[in-house]
Amino acid sequence: MQLDEFFVTGEPLIYAGMVSIALVTAATIFILTYFKKWGWLWREWLTTVDHKKIGIMYILSALAMLFRGGVDALMMRTQLAFPDMNFLNSQHYNEIFTTHGTVMIIFMAMPFLIGLMNVIVPLQIGARDVAFPALNALSFWSFLFGAMLFNISFVIGGSPDAGWTSYTPLAGAAMSPGPGQNFYLLGLQLSGIGTLATGINFMVTIIKMRAPGMKMFKMPIFTWSTLVTAFIIVFAFPILTVALALMTIDRIFGSQFFTLTGEGLPMMWANLFWMWGHPEVYIVILPAFGIFSEVIATFARKQLFGYKAMVWSMILIAGLSFLVWVHHFFTMGAGAFVNSVFSVSTMLIAVPTGVKIFNWLATLYKSKIQFTVANLWALAFIPSFVIGGVTGVMLGMAAADYQFHNSYFLVAHFHYVLIAGTVFACFAGLVYWYPKMFGHKLNEKIGKLSFWFFLIGFHVCFFPQYFVGLDGMPRRVFSIIPEWMPLNVISTVGAFGMGIGFVIFVYNIYYSFRYSEREKTGDSWDGRTLEWATPTPVPFYNFATVPHVEDHDAFLDMKKKGQTTFDEEKLEPIHMPSSTGQPFIMMGIMFIASFGLVFEWLWMAIAGLVGVLIMMGIRSFDYDDGFHVEVDEIKRTERSARRL
Amino acid sequence: MSSHELKSGPLEYRTEQGQMNILGFWIFLGAEIVLFSTLFATYAVLFGRTADAPLPGELFEPGTVLIMTFLLLTSSFTCGISIHEMRRGSVKGLTTWLIITLLLGLGFLGFEIYEFIHYEHEGATLQSSAFWSSFFVLAGTHGLHVTLGIGWAILLLLQLAKRGLTPVTSRKVFIISLYWHFLDVVWIFIFTSVYLIGMVV
Repeated sequence: MQLDEFFVTGEPLIYAGMVSIALVTAATIFILTYFKKWGWLWREWLTTVDHKKIGIMYILSALAMLFRGGVDALMMRTQLAFPDMNFLNSQHYNEIFTTHGTVMIIFMAMPFLIGLMNVIVPLQIGARDVAFPALNALSFWSFLFGAMLFNISFVIGGSPDAGWTSYTPLAGAAMSPGPGQNFYLLGLQLSGIGTLATGINFMVTIIKMRAPGMKMFKMPIFTWSTLVTAFIIVFAFPILTVALALMTIDRIFGSQFFTLTGEGLPMMWANLFWMWGHPEVYIVILPAFGIFSEVIATFARKQLFGYKAMVWSMILIAGLSFLVWVHHFFTMGAGAFVNSVFSVSTMLIAVPTGVKIFNWLATLYKSKIQFTVANLWALAFIPSFVIGGVTGVMLGMAAADYQFHNSYFLVAHFHYVLIAGTVFACFAGLVYWYPKMFGHKLNEKIGKLSFWFFLIGFHVCFFPQYFVGLDGMPRRVFSIIPEWMPLNVISTVGAFGMGIGFVIFVYNIYYSFRYSEREKTGDSWDGRTLEWATPTPVPFYNFATVPHVEDHDAFLDMKKKGQTTFDEEKLEPIHMPSSTGQPFIMMGIMFIASFGLVFEWLWMAIAGLVGVLIMMGIRSFDYDDGFHVEVDEIKRTERSARRL
Repeated sequence: MSSHELKSGPLEYRTEQGQMNILGFWIFLGAEIVLFSTLFATYAVLFGRTADAPLPGELFEPGTVLIMTFLLLTSSFTCGISIHEMRRGSVKGLTTWLIITLLLGLGFLGFEIYEFIHYEHEGATLQSSAFWSSFFVLAGTHGLHVTLGIGWAILLLLQLAKRGLTPVTSRKVFIISLYWHFLDVVWIFIFTSVYLIGMVV
């Protein structure tokens, strides 16, 4: 292979990307070396098994991915603003819509939510860590290395260009030769390992590690949403694992699953992909529902209305999510009966979702609403998501879908549900729990500015797309006709509005780090659930004494009774796991193996896999049982954290 | 994360971490069921799509498959005995029966490799048709699991020799026994829905 086949050449935008990657890498290495921070980086972050730090790393990586996916989006919107634009050529456009979709779903939305789960869920249930701390670190590194593998494709080897759904035969070896599609397959496969492990980890954590007295139906609603999500992950991700593996074997080893030449079935990919892909939609929306429920209850200063109905509707949504996958391809000829069955099951999901919407409204009803930034995101979610949901029901009608499918109507629909649902929730959750993570609030004024830019930009961007879709504009085209121009210009302006909102949000992080008042109590918003019962910054063992839970909103109950999570009488040594570099190293080797497979260098892939097996052997012989934090140290830590 | 230990009950369940690991592994097996179900569904969908390659009925040999089934089912039984010996506290009984289990597993693998080579010889390869792709990937994934299980159990035998029976080693042995029985169950499905049905077509 020639060097110019290895690196992507010929595009000024990509040269700029290469230069900026080189500069950022060089700057990072320089800063770490100059300030002698390599040891600190290794000890405090790369080897950590602390769920709070892992959560923070997840969120930071997700923000970086949001930036990358957002830049992709802005480039697409620029290209689509006017007819005959020459900003991107068709090939580059195909690559960008593929990476935009994949990055946003797999490497932004899921990791962001998993990051929030990591920080908050153990705290909410009164636990000192997750069930398998080292596995949790492994999950994070598998996600990060998977994301890196996918992202380097735009400077090395070339990006995938078959869409984030990667339908065969387009994504097969015949029509998409070269490493691009392999990057997609291996990047997703690598990060999928971690997602499955996270699902198992959180199921065991929530089932086994709740504070004494916290029955299942007394768990905070975000923890419930995490548990339900973990179930969906465990039962949906293996399907993706198989689908990706089959296509990888097809492309690299010449099997015939999706190729017509060996009587394979290209349609089978669509089925396998959406059997995972539809539940995936709920993997990224249910935790968002959980976040909104927490935020709305806190800032309405009321107990969540219809708690049990909320839980059951989530369980029902999770169950239904596995039964509707065909609605993603009504027009592929499954027949009227099959389409009808999937049409009805699709529309059924609107029922439990409606129940949730009314419960949020009922929680707000006759309450003293505090319009904090976190709550603004939650309040804006309700009407925006309803617009997305109603148009979803329109798409769910099989007969009508023949009119809407593959048009911008569909694009508008799923951005309305995924941005108003998931992205708003990520912002709401980050702003809401920020003081718990970093010890200070985000500035409310700047936060509101970023909120309004983003919200208005969002509606300006996607609302016109419903109409341009009904006008017949198909998705995935790289150039438009003059009739579609006015609405597309508006849409592009809106997209840049969202971009400005994001930039202001990031500036707010810097500004607040410099100037915001430091937290003293740990209970930043007069909270209701146990995560606010710890001091800020949270000691690495979370709770000095584990609280006994008697009621919903356990911390509110404790505050009424004057209890804290620091009872000097009851202190005992706390058992904690040791840090370990094994997860980082193991996934680093896995990255090398995957990279080899992308370029079909089997020697490299095999060497890497042998390395991973050796690491698993080393792990098996590791009997490190962690250490105990002594009572004196707990006393010292708590007294200084609580300023006693 | 407390390390306090129970005084009674099976050794592997006496620590909280042991209980969590075993529950976590059960959930992992749930995910494995989904993984194999997807492969079975793929096989069912592609059944009979052999293109110009031989039909399964022309190649499947009842004799070999019956021996393989016998070996694997017996290994599940001996694996059960090894757990029984563990519960009695006998490291020697445990390791002996575990080694017998592994030998039976190795025998199974040997026949499977022989079988695959034989099919390749007759013109049924991973590349020859969609049906044979799905066959090799389904049976091969099961075979790969058996291989990994054997490697994993050898590591455990070394740890048992070094450390004897502790809550940690007993938990590890118990978990691999769950894994081994699971592979047996999967094989029963492969035996019936792949080989028995394949032989009559």
